[in-house]
Amino acid sequence: MNVHVEPGGARGGAAGVIKLAILAVGGQGGGVVTSWIVALAEANGYYVQSTSVPGVAQRTGATIYYVEMVPEGEATPILSLMPAAGDVDIVLAAELMEAGRAIQRGFVSAQTTLIASSHRAYAVAEKAAPGTGILDGAPILEAAEAASLRFLSADLERVAVANGSVISASLFGALAGSGALPFAKEAFEATIRASGKGVGPSLAAFAAGFEAVTASAPTPAMGEAGATTPAEAPEVTGPAALRSEWAALCARADELPSAARTMARRGLEKVVDYQDLLYGAEYLDRVEIFAALDRASGRTDGALTEAAAKAIANAMAYDDVIRVADLKVRASRDRRVRREVGVGVGALLNVTEYMHPRAEEICAVMPAGIGTYVLGHRWAYGIVERLFSNGRRVRTDRLRGFLPLYGLAALRPMRRRLLRHRAEVAHMEAWLATAQRVAASDHDLAVEILRCRRLVKGYSDTHARGLSKFDRVLSALPLLEGRADAAAWLSRLRAAALVDEAGEALDGALKTVATLDAPT
Amino acid sequence: MAERSFAKEVQQLKIGAGEEFRGEGILAITKALLQCGVGYVGGYQGAPISHLMDVLADAEEIMSDLGVHLEASASEAAAGATLAASVHYPIRGAVAWKSTVGTNVASDALANLASGGVLGGALIIVGEDYGEGSSIMQERSHAFAMKSQIWLLDPRPNLESIVKAVEDGFELSEATNTPVMLEVRIRSCHVHGRFKAKDNKRPTMTVAEALENPQRDTNRIVLPPASFGHEQEKIKVRWPKALEFIKERKLNEHFGPDEGKVGIVCQGGMYNGVMRALQRLGLADLYGASAVPIYCLNVTYPLIREEIVDFCRGKDAVLVVEEGQPEHIEQAIGDILYKAGGTAKLEGKGILPMAGEYTGAVMLAGLTDFLRAYQPELLPAQERSPNDPEERVELPDLTGKVPVRPAGFCTGCPERPIFAGMKLMEKELGEHHVAADIGCHLFSILPPFNIGATTMGYGLGPASASAFNVKAKKRPIAVMGDGGFWHNGLTSGIGNAVFNQQDGVILVVDNYYSAATGGQDILSSRADNRSRSTRHPIEEAVKGLGVTWVRRIDRTYDVGKVRDTLTEALTTEETGPKVIVASSECMLNRQRREKPLVAKAIKAGKRTVKPRFGVDEDVCTGDHACIRLSGCPSLSVKTLDDPLRDDPVAAIDSSCVGCGNCGEVAEAAVLCPSFYQADVIHNPTPFETKVASWRRAVIGWLQRRRDRRRLVFAR
Repeated sequence: MNVHVEPGGARGGAAGVIKLAILAVGGQGGGVVTSWIVALAEANGYYVQSTSVPGVAQRTGATIYYVEMVPEGEATPILSLMPAAGDVDIVLAAELMEAGRAIQRGFVSAQTTLIASSHRAYAVAEKAAPGTGILDGAPILEAAEAASLRFLSADLERVAVANGSVISASLFGALAGSGALPFAKEAFEATIRASGKGVGPSLAAFAAGFEAVTASAPTPAMGEAGATTPAEAPEVTGPAALRSEWAALCARADELPSAARTMARRGLEKVVDYQDLLYGAEYLDRVEIFAALDRASGRTDGALTEAAAKAIANAMAYDDVIRVADLKVRASRDRRVRREVGVGVGALLNVTEYMHPRAEEICAVMPAGIGTYVLGHRWAYGIVERLFSNGRRVRTDRLRGFLPLYGLAALRPMRRRLLRHRAEVAHMEAWLATAQRVAASDHDLAVEILRCRRLVKGYSDTHARGLSKFDRVLSALPLLEGRADAAAWLSRLRAAALVDEAGEALDGALKTVATLDAPT
Repeated sequence: MAERSFAKEVQQLKIGAGEEFRGEGILAITKALLQCGVGYVGGYQGAPISHLMDVLADAEEIMSDLGVHLEASASEAAAGATLAASVHYPIRGAVAWKSTVGTNVASDALANLASGGVLGGALIIVGEDYGEGSSIMQERSHAFAMKSQIWLLDPRPNLESIVKAVEDGFELSEATNTPVMLEVRIRSCHVHGRFKAKDNKRPTMTVAEALENPQRDTNRIVLPPASFGHEQEKIKVRWPKALEFIKERKLNEHFGPDEGKVGIVCQGGMYNGVMRALQRLGLADLYGASAVPIYCLNVTYPLIREEIVDFCRGKDAVLVVEEGQPEHIEQAIGDILYKAGGTAKLEGKGILPMAGEYTGAVMLAGLTDFLRAYQPELLPAQERSPNDPEERVELPDLTGKVPVRPAGFCTGCPERPIFAGMKLMEKELGEHHVAADIGCHLFSILPPFNIGATTMGYGLGPASASAFNVKAKKRPIAVMGDGGFWHNGLTSGIGNAVFNQQDGVILVVDNYYSAATGGQDILSSRADNRSRSTRHPIEEAVKGLGVTWVRRIDRTYDVGKVRDTLTEALTTEETGPKVIVASSECMLNRQRREKPLVAKAIKAGKRTVKPRFGVDEDVCTGDHACIRLSGCPSLSVKTLDDPLRDDPVAAIDSSCVGCGNCGEVAEAAVLCPSFYQADVIHNPTPFETKVASWRRAVIGWLQRRRDRRRLVFAR
């Protein structure tokens, strides 16, 4: 907790004025909260002034609303039209990073009660990164705690939605719960009732927001805190024979270095789900080679095995049209969509898939011989290309759309004989062989080589681009091998590859690598 | 139909003498106009004056009951010219717009108006879009007032003062035969406050009465030799009258003690900021009692020489608090003091920053520095000699840890797919010079699109590409919105391009409204408007001007079509301007219109389809190419509970309006098959329900059949 410092000496002239700033993202309803606060204060004997800066900033940009209030007197008070750094009593942030912005702008000081929704609305820059661009919420929470007199935080977005309302209501509830305004809870509720619009859900969200900040005194963790903890073992159903085989594979996976077991179990599940149990055995064969190398290295962290378990699973479960078709026609997927969309009783759901496989993807699921022929002959390829030059919109709630995908998914047992599989296996084996070779001399570098699998993702052009980045990153190996910091460099290259779509950062990084060993 | 309705609030415009008005600044200004017996009102929308125009539109009935005419002007130039009705007739008129951009556009009309002068009171209300949240270049309106000799009012930012300024403005205008400009800053337009109302007044002469009894006075027309006479009259007659009026009516205010070692001269609009800084220093109370003398300029042009000399007399130093640059007022005061042999030290810019908004922190620092230099004994002990200035709390540095969040296209915006299509075109034909324009479409210059090189003014997109009318391997692309098109783009853009045979592409973004300013109707709007004529197609206007290559895209969400049409326009053999009109309704307005109807229909048991989109999280691989071609607020990312995945996957939240952009982009750009459209059919027909249940039975049987034969993992 900070030392309570009075800004600029005496607050003299403006003593008794409550200054409240609301920081929101355009479209979040900051204006609604503001008008409620004004109505609340006026109804309870206060003189209120509020201002805002609307305009284009309200189109999804960061916006600030500002309210000052003082008990009603004989004369008209002279109030400020904008929040001043170091002189705001209450800050309401409708999103976590907006709380960060309030701190950055100096609105949060030792006199400030900061109330923030802990949820995130990601900015475009965070979402658009080819890898993970999401900024960490921890520094904001830390700064909020340090900078403010009092910091109250809860996922007010979630509690609002859970009550069929929007964040303005739960934010208003959190304000009431904070006790920072000299008005009773009932006065807040009366304000919502008087506004006369969506009163029921608003009151429910208000109560939930009130609860959220009063019940949990310490700062709750961010919404996604649970994301990294691996879930429990899945429930497995299916023929008994298959289930006992599965159990045997699981037992094999559990023989791996302990640090890699969870990952290997998930990987095993992924490849078996992708193809079959035999595929699972092949997976473990590949991972076990790295486990042996891991043991031989004398390391106990199991990092090599874990990296292998992850990368090999992702490499073996490559995305092809069979996989997509299989995922789209599953009963579990149907249930998920219904849950996400929220189909009420008596309502129906039509689902249209937006698909656009290129001719290459179609050739890829032809038997290797035919596929190679088509790719090598213009006339044949031309026919496929013409057939698939337009996107396909497939209604999977109808048989006419469902059956072709269901049929395509049935090609699964044949996958091993298809062109794409051959290419994928060859690519994977070459890469794994490199990692194995390097593991003998540079354990850490081998781990990094395996981790480069992260770069291969997507479909069509995206996939081709990912593959090219993967190849370019690994092309630096000859320059790096033998260097003490080789692993760190490869890791840096991989990070650079995820900065932008075209790979400009990667090119720059590769140029740097090229100069590393240049004679000086 | 505007984005925000003031239908409820405008009822307050009817209140009478003695009643208390509570509401926003813009509403107060409207009420003040009615209390002053205004005869006609015009203007053009744009923040912060948009809401004023919306209020006026919603109050049209109240105004016409009073005999007040409301003109939704086509541009600020048109609005400015409207004041011509006050030249020969004793009718009070008021116009409003966003400044300084609107004043730029209107300056031709204003110069002519000011030259000939007015008989009826003419009030120009400019909403100064300066400082935080501003969407325009940072300039001042002050220079316009000086160059045309229009009196400039800058009232203290509370409703009482603003309302009084409207009244004073009309009277000053009539007393001096000069138009008056009332400057209101963005925050005072939206300030919630209160004032004691008066009765509304009918105009002493209506516009209709004037029309039926035409009058003219050639001396008021700007034509030689009258125009030479006007210049002399401005200086010899109107100026002294104005000084007289301002002095006599005490329009400028004096606060605090009569005498003092130091003093502050501030613009009316800066008064509350000055007071807050003094309050924080313990030198003023909440109700305006100040330990430092303040001379508050509610009229910032012209300045009253005697008042300034009197105020500065006997003082060691005077601080001028004047926001923005150049420092016109400070220069003028310097001139006045020097010529009067004044001895007070003049401070202003220097102690206060020359450029930028005078925020609370800036004001506090400036005033503290000023007092420390000239009268330190006024400062609280801690400010005068802090024990340990380093002891202040060190705040954690969040630089780079908080994302920038500029404004962008709304969820479901029909302009997003246009720029997605343009990006896809550029993947094939390479990058192009794109001349952008004012409007929501200007968000294309920001990530994720990064399209657009310049913006020269509302409707000037095509004109700003006119230098590129040369033979080259690429053609220029100019973007213009429907708002800009009707504002002046039709002539400066299309007409200019036809006349000069400009071999480029002009893309007109037609979203049925002047959307960026708040969704006001314009000529090509498709809405039924009770009092205006709409539904005038842009492509007809374009063809009427002689453009032969015109393409219309009726659904901008068809990303492939946008890409192909742009490609065609850029590669066709045809010379001369290629005009593409891309039309789809502004989603913000559409949702506002449709949402209640849909909710009502569902409740009433009518068959209703509600679309939205989703992403299959196990199909998405987390490359986010879709986001780089979209930037939709509802298309976000989420981290899966799967250790095999490093990167978050795309996810669509419940704010999705089902516009289809993400699916269309995924299809046109051949991205991935993760997107699906989920249409929920509320209140389906019995037949539909039956067929659906059959389908589900068959599909369910097939799914169970497959699941029985393999391992199914459930988490």
